[in-house]
Amino acid sequence: MKDKLNVLLNGIIRQNPVLVLVLGTCPTLAVTTMAINALGMGAATIFVLVCSNLVISLLRNIIPNTVRIPCYIVVISTFVTVVGLVMEAYLPSIYNALGVFLPLIVVNCIILGRAEMFASKNGPLVSAIDGLSMGLGFTLTLFLMATIREVMGFGTFFGMDVTFGVFQPLSIMSQPAGGFFVFGTLMALSIFIQEKRGKENIKRTLSCEQCGLCDKAKCEGCEHNNAEVQA
Amino acid sequence: MKELLVILFSAILTDNVVLSRFMGICPFLGVSNKTKSAVGMGIAVILVMTVSTIVTYPIATLILIPNGLSFLNTIVFILVIASFVQLVEMVLKKFMPPLYSALGIYLPLITTNCAVLGITLINIEDFSGMGEFLPAIVNAIGAGVGFLMAMVIFSGVRTRLNCKKIPKSFQGLPISLVAAAIVAISFMGFSGVIDGIFSSASESIPFFLK
Repeated sequence: MKDKLNVLLNGIIRQNPVLVLVLGTCPTLAVTTMAINALGMGAATIFVLVCSNLVISLLRNIIPNTVRIPCYIVVISTFVTVVGLVMEAYLPSIYNALGVFLPLIVVNCIILGRAEMFASKNGPLVSAIDGLSMGLGFTLTLFLMATIREVMGFGTFFGMDVTFGVFQPLSIMSQPAGGFFVFGTLMALSIFIQEKRGKENIKRTLSCEQCGLCDKAKCEGCEHNNAEVQA
Repeated sequence: MKELLVILFSAILTDNVVLSRFMGICPFLGVSNKTKSAVGMGIAVILVMTVSTIVTYPIATLILIPNGLSFLNTIVFILVIASFVQLVEMVLKKFMPPLYSALGIYLPLITTNCAVLGITLINIEDFSGMGEFLPAIVNAIGAGVGFLMAMVIFSGVRTRLNCKKIPKSFQGLPISLVAAAIVAISFMGFSGVIDGIFSSASESIPFFLK
């Protein structure tokens, strides 16, 4: 029980997928203009992550090692299609706001990375918990970023006016430049907090070491990459 | 012809794939340490993006959409792109070794790059009408060139960052993200430029020719 709780807390804080592992940067920057969109993206990602971790963990002894990446991609994109159809039917406004980033969950490296690093080696229950914890960490970070950007950029929070006539919204915060800026500042803040608490190994790298999917000798620094070569 | 030019330049400048559409951030941050690797990656992205549009566009418009299977777009595209890039890599390795040694390491890197899948999906949405195959290809080329441009500019910025004294918390990725914010601001300056150039040419004389 205790180790399951440990797995759950791990993804939310210690190994926060966005600020510590630096995975899934594209949706992080793209959908955080509004808090509601960040929650929609987070919910979709949690669903896909939990389901794909569960299924991949159940199939881990059946999938041959050499073709595992294509198999993972098929499982993941199936769930992404499911979540896309459900959102289109019941939450059309969020579906339209997320746009192309909803199908792009397929290539979000959080999901493929967790499938490869965790679900392919652990049992179904603990894999599902890992998916939930990573998904929650992703959602909370996105929500934090979106809150900052929405309040500063539009002067609203979930569409409600929060300026109280005190300050003028800085529209640059809701534009791409603001996204990069807030993300960089939050990452620096997370490094600062870790540093104050005396943690080792605080350097953020955008590397394959974290997802373990690629051929490190050939890798030039990004994502799961050489996956298809090995497959 | 004019429409194609508008599509090309807006894909490069105003709708820049990295700095305003936020796709392909991972290679943008990860491979932009050196200008040389940034150029290699950019050229490989142009190649893969263009060819995957050429491959996926007919599949979607001729097979999937007429049969009401457009919900399979994502799953089919990612598999087609992944196997296709693998094929290109093998062909290059066998028949064009110099090109392979220049671009080879970047090809697998971009198989699952979200910019490639994203542009093919956007092309299906934006250019799904009859006879819009050419605009879709031009859009893909423009997006690739925009990616190359953003990578090269950003690698220059990062080279300058290396010799600066930076607060400890900001070292590494955080300062790169802040620098990317400033590069994104510079690209914001292009908004309206495309409309300005192409509409004023047909309607009135541009201000600098008055």
